[in-house]
Amino acid sequence: MANTTQFDLVSPERKLVSGPVTAVEIPAAAGDLTAMQGHSPLITTLRPGVLKVSGPDGEQEYVVTGGFAEISGDSISVLAETALPKGEVTQGHIDDWVAQAHAAKQDAPEHLTEAATKLLADMVALGTHIGLDPNQPSI
Amino acid sequence: MPSLKDLKNRISSVKSTRKITKAMQMVAAAKLRRAQDAAEAARPYAERFNAVMGQLAASVGGSDTAPLLLKGTGKDDVHLLVVMTSERGLCGGFNANIAKLARQHARDLTQKGKTVKIITVGKKGREAMKRDLGELFIGHVDLSDVKRIGYGTATDIAKDVLGKFDAGEFDVATIFYSKFVNVVTQTPTALQVIPAKFDAPEETGAASALYEYEPSEEEVLADLLPRGVATQIFAALLENAASEQGARMSAMDNATRNAGEMIDKLTIEYNRSRQAVITNELIEIISGAEAL
Repeated sequence: MANTTQFDLVSPERKLVSGPVTAVEIPAAAGDLTAMQGHSPLITTLRPGVLKVSGPDGEQEYVVTGGFAEISGDSISVLAETALPKGEVTQGHIDDWVAQAHAAKQDAPEHLTEAATKLLADMVALGTHIGLDPNQPSI
Repeated sequence: MPSLKDLKNRISSVKSTRKITKAMQMVAAAKLRRAQDAAEAARPYAERFNAVMGQLAASVGGSDTAPLLLKGTGKDDVHLLVVMTSERGLCGGFNANIAKLARQHARDLTQKGKTVKIITVGKKGREAMKRDLGELFIGHVDLSDVKRIGYGTATDIAKDVLGKFDAGEFDVATIFYSKFVNVVTQTPTALQVIPAKFDAPEETGAASALYEYEPSEEEVLADLLPRGVATQIFAALLENAASEQGARMSAMDNATRNAGEMIDKLTIEYNRSRQAVITNELIEIISGAEAL
């Protein structure tokens, strides 16, 4: 099929997607980006967010919580710390992630507080975005 | 000479032992399949990860600003050994082999005047090394409540190790685990995780140099290195789990076979002594009759 490129979404525990896609919307650290065939080679870290995959079988959404993406001329790979199909994410997951981000912020040494705060904010934004209660009124 | 009754009891006890070892072997076989599947599923991630890390490390590694996790603290005085073993026994030489390798390593380092610190993962290795290396232990990770090894387990261990590294408690970290080769062979392995070592990427040369990095090469690397430690620990835990089941399976297979041999031997002995008793009785009757 024309204008497709090989896409892999893998987490440490399993491979979620592997196949041709037309576009992937990636929540990169410095802002969302959409990768299509012929995108210039790029390696970027991810922030917690929603990854949108548009392929021949329609559009799928996955929630990722960090990791990195490698875009090369003929393939796109996303290596996510945790990745779940959007429908499988429950309130429990969000609570866990936000709690973890909270704990990380609490323990973070001084030079990392900014990053930890951002991570927490991203987590909360992610929760709101997919319509679940981030449950953290305190930030 | 044991009596007939003794032999009979003996045979039935060995038979029930055989039943148990047979059952354990089958359980281990089932668990092994699951462990192998898990290890298989984790492989694509680890491979891609190492490929990217190798590229990054090669391009940033030489500079002075490279993260400490990559270039090390510049010393190698204090070594941290993370020894991964199982929570349960009855798996042949599995735990003993890992402990032996770690012990050898610790001894070599101590002889060279280095300080050695040990974190044990899994109860069995801790028990095996407590006597001679007990005073070097600085931590223990209990996996007995962990039903299925997930990435979370690995990140917890990695966090602990990285925290200690940041606090300057050691210079070099090495993990010890057993690599799964096949059901009968598991190789105890030592792998250095800090400072990180990555295989240099194959010479694709120009292609790898073209990558753009976002936010920047150093930041990406700094973000990825801690994950790299977790990834390596995760892979090691999975290999270890598969090895443990493999070792248990072959140990239990041997035990089952030995029990079978023992039953055969005991049965022969039982039949012989039964016949001897019959012969004896006949002789007594005949000689009694003759005496009349």
